[in-house]
Amino acid sequence: MSENHYGSIMKDGLWDSNVVFSQLLAMCPTMAVTTSGTNGLGMGLATTAVLVVSNILVSMIRHTVSSQVRIPVFVVLIATLVTVVDMAMNAWLHDLYKVLGLFIALIVVNCAILGRAEAFAVKSGVVASAVDGLAMGLGFTGALTVIGLIREFLGAGTLFAQASNLLGPSFAFLEMKLPGYGGALLMILPPGGFAILGFLLAGKRVMERRMDEKAAARAELAAA
Amino acid sequence: MSTQSLATQPIASPHAHGGNSVTRTMFRVQLALAPATLYGFWLFGWPSFFLWLLTILSCLGFEALSLKLMGSARIKVTLWDGSALLTGWLLAMTLPPWAPWWVAIIGGFIAIVIGKQVFGGVGQNVFNPAMVARVALLVSFPVPLTQWVAPLPVTSLAAPDFIHGLQIFLGNQATPDAMASASLLGYTKTELSRGIDLLHSLGGDHGALFSWAGTRAGSFGESASLLILAGGFYLLATGIITWHTPLAVLAGLAIPAAIGHAVDPTHYLSVSTHLLSGAAMLGAFFIATDYVTSPNTGAGQIVFGLGIGLLTWIIRTWGGYPEGMAFAVLLMNALTPVIDRFVKPRILGRDRKGKPLDIPESKGA
Repeated sequence: MSENHYGSIMKDGLWDSNVVFSQLLAMCPTMAVTTSGTNGLGMGLATTAVLVVSNILVSMIRHTVSSQVRIPVFVVLIATLVTVVDMAMNAWLHDLYKVLGLFIALIVVNCAILGRAEAFAVKSGVVASAVDGLAMGLGFTGALTVIGLIREFLGAGTLFAQASNLLGPSFAFLEMKLPGYGGALLMILPPGGFAILGFLLAGKRVMERRMDEKAAARAELAAA
Repeated sequence: MSTQSLATQPIASPHAHGGNSVTRTMFRVQLALAPATLYGFWLFGWPSFFLWLLTILSCLGFEALSLKLMGSARIKVTLWDGSALLTGWLLAMTLPPWAPWWVAIIGGFIAIVIGKQVFGGVGQNVFNPAMVARVALLVSFPVPLTQWVAPLPVTSLAAPDFIHGLQIFLGNQATPDAMASASLLGYTKTELSRGIDLLHSLGGDHGALFSWAGTRAGSFGESASLLILAGGFYLLATGIITWHTPLAVLAGLAIPAAIGHAVDPTHYLSVSTHLLSGAAMLGAFFIATDYVTSPNTGAGQIVFGLGIGLLTWIIRTWGGYPEGMAFAVLLMNALTPVIDRFVKPRILGRDRKGKPLDIPESKGA
């Protein structure tokens, strides 16, 4: 396995097959949790932790589990990991846990996790699976944080409100507030989430088209 | 006749073009809106004029921007068809007359970009763009969207002049408290929640006469029921709309209102109050009749209209908001495809189920 291989896995997870922006998986946590940047970041990191470990474990047992029973086995594995994360967050990040509460437990049915187990980890080595889990998780975290920040900014006029709950008091400098802005409540509500996601998807497609055009022009130039 | 022109000429049936177009239809609707709008300017003064102007400009601007981003080659043609202009106009009619400038800009963005262009432009939108913007603004900014002012005719002394009006519009000057007022529906809802029944809360200054003439607090263009009704009859007379939708909306609102009022006049507003308040008239004649978002058949339009009326009454009576016309229109817009599916026109030569008719042998054959 070459360096290049891991690079393409990383690029896949972060951009090309981004869980939210390309695969449109995990819409339930995406819409429900991204009411603020901090919530999105916390949810994304929790999911990333589960995703990395579940990918590693699934990859390790891929030869011993027969394909007929693989789904229940994977679900039990993922459920165990989610329970661990759930309890850990309850213990150490209690304030954030109170906000995300239900959705942490629901990571277990997050289609992105079972999806990666099925689509990647059962067919790949342990290290590649770990890299894939990390890339997909970070891509998911980035998407949730971006959507959360935009919705938070438009809806409440703040950025990273209560970030110190998640990252510790030393990150309090991240918290910003736009003075004198009442906020558009709709952006915090689900329709705002869908609208923002729609605009981001459109933006990503425009960017990809531009990049393709540039690449094609460069290839033409090289050929000439 | 050259072959080229033959290709564009209908050859089978005797088709004739009535000369109608999107532009002409939109122009007629705007003509029908004009009396109520001009009266609104007179009632609420310069700030309402700036609001109206900027809402329309914002709609046109966002329409042009969307078309440009999509690479359309027909930007000018589409802009001049008047549909974006009408959307902006209708949106402005439903806004509080002294709403600040950014309400107009954001409203235009929501109506045109989110309500219309993302679905594909004219004729493709599922929901009425003006109502999408109205509801989004109301949910997002409840305070500026529910600040009504008492009507203050331009000719009266206390009315803001041009410069002062501009200052109010740009938000440099707070609305004087003395001029803040509640709309009739909002007022009765608040009083009911305080335990004061309608017989006591409705004083002399909320009589039906004021609603007909529009000299009461309310949205900029919704006040004068009489003028809107006149515009509606003009649309009916010119065949822009049919009687089905408006009548059904008003009936759907009036029938439950009559029953409720007969049962308990202390808690349910009378029929005339319901019909003459809020957006009832404007909604029935100008908003529910939108071609794109309403069913195609007369029977379908009756179902659609009754649904709007009934939902409006339910939201006004038990809902959290005093006025429910915009919500009702959006909800029924969502049901329009279903209504169109179940209420289909009969195909010529076939019965309602689509089976060929049993045509008896004609005598000649």
